[in-house]
Amino acid sequence: MNALASRVDAAWAVLHTVPDPEVPAVSVCDLGIVREVIEHDDGLEIVLTPTYSGCPATEAIEHDVLAAVEQAGLGRARATLRRAPAWTSDWISDEGRAKLRAYGIAPPAHLNAEQAANTAMPIRLFGRIAGERIACPRCASERTERLSAFGSTACKALYRCMACKEPFEHFKPI
Amino acid sequence: MQASIELNRTPAVQYLLRIGDTCLVLAQRLGEWCGHAPVLEEDIAMANIALDLVGQARALLTHAGKLEGAGREHDEDQLAYLRDERDYFNLTIAELPRGDFAFAVVRNTMVSTLLKLLWQRLAASNDPEVAAIAGKALKEARYHQQHSGDWVVRLGDGTEESRRRTEKALKQLWLYMPELFFSDDVDAAASASGLGPAWSELREPWLAEMQQVLDAAGLAMPKEAAFRSTGKHGVHSEHMGYILAEMQHLQRTFPGGVW
Repeated sequence: MNALASRVDAAWAVLHTVPDPEVPAVSVCDLGIVREVIEHDDGLEIVLTPTYSGCPATEAIEHDVLAAVEQAGLGRARATLRRAPAWTSDWISDEGRAKLRAYGIAPPAHLNAEQAANTAMPIRLFGRIAGERIACPRCASERTERLSAFGSTACKALYRCMACKEPFEHFKPI
Repeated sequence: MQASIELNRTPAVQYLLRIGDTCLVLAQRLGEWCGHAPVLEEDIAMANIALDLVGQARALLTHAGKLEGAGREHDEDQLAYLRDERDYFNLTIAELPRGDFAFAVVRNTMVSTLLKLLWQRLAASNDPEVAAIAGKALKEARYHQQHSGDWVVRLGDGTEESRRRTEKALKQLWLYMPELFFSDDVDAAASASGLGPAWSELREPWLAEMQQVLDAAGLAMPKEAAFRSTGKHGVHSEHMGYILAEMQHLQRTFPGGVW
């Protein structure tokens, strides 16, 4: 392995330990926010894709990522934002999904072709919620209902389990 | 006091600011619900929708500022805080006072339906930055539309009182609907250059989606008024000055102040 590759690899290893500021159970890599690490003559470039347009954690993530790389002695680093393609919950790794569930957050379902194509979808009013099957992260029951379309952060909604009676958060598929 | 900036009002800059300012000003109005919504869940919903809209506005204002060009570029903060009223191009409907909860959800449905249709088309803009912003914003606008549409159905098809308020809100807000779709030189330029669609092209799909919501709510679509509001031309209602005073006073008083 040459020196350049090892520095990029070392950066990835460090980035896998940087927690998301709002969901610290998972790393920014688990969430798929870190898209690429590029070696340049003047240092490393970390390419990030924000989850939501207005996510207040975006700047904190930039800061945390750069601090981690520099503290690991990997030299100078800069962060760039890449908007396209837009972040999707499908980028959350299987490991990330397992960590979310263990933390008490129901991970998002994978998007179907229609959702992923992101084209004209009919608006769905009342009734769609009945078709959703969100498994409780604690007892795995699918007898759950949505309490609130929006949760403590832009990326989550609030649910409750009718089996174990516990409320839980759901990472919205987007 | 910090002086106003001089905006380079090219058609492309105006086109993007119509969208960005609509997001920004509606976000400001939604923020007024913080601590005041009828239930906690909707308090959170209004604030979350506002947050998405601010994020979208930031991206569009940043890009519009770069498009001003020729050494006259401005950043997002200068554009948000240091323009005079006539240099804001938001739809008038976004600046109307907060109203009651029925008013808020009917307005959110009307505006988010428009924005969703716009983002769908802008995702194919020949300006790659606009296309990238749209690809992200579309997902958010769709969620806003569903959430607000659900509430229109729930209130319209709810109690006598909720129905009365929703009908009243719909009638008031429908006065500002024609502004969404009339075309002008700014639209023509965007359409010709491939920046984005003329908004008049969105009229039919918008009416079809609104009809779907109103049918489910058991509400009749109001007749279109002859009145034409002109916010997107920079000529605003009497409410706009008060919003700007609130939004701008800190930056105007303490130039460059940060948290």
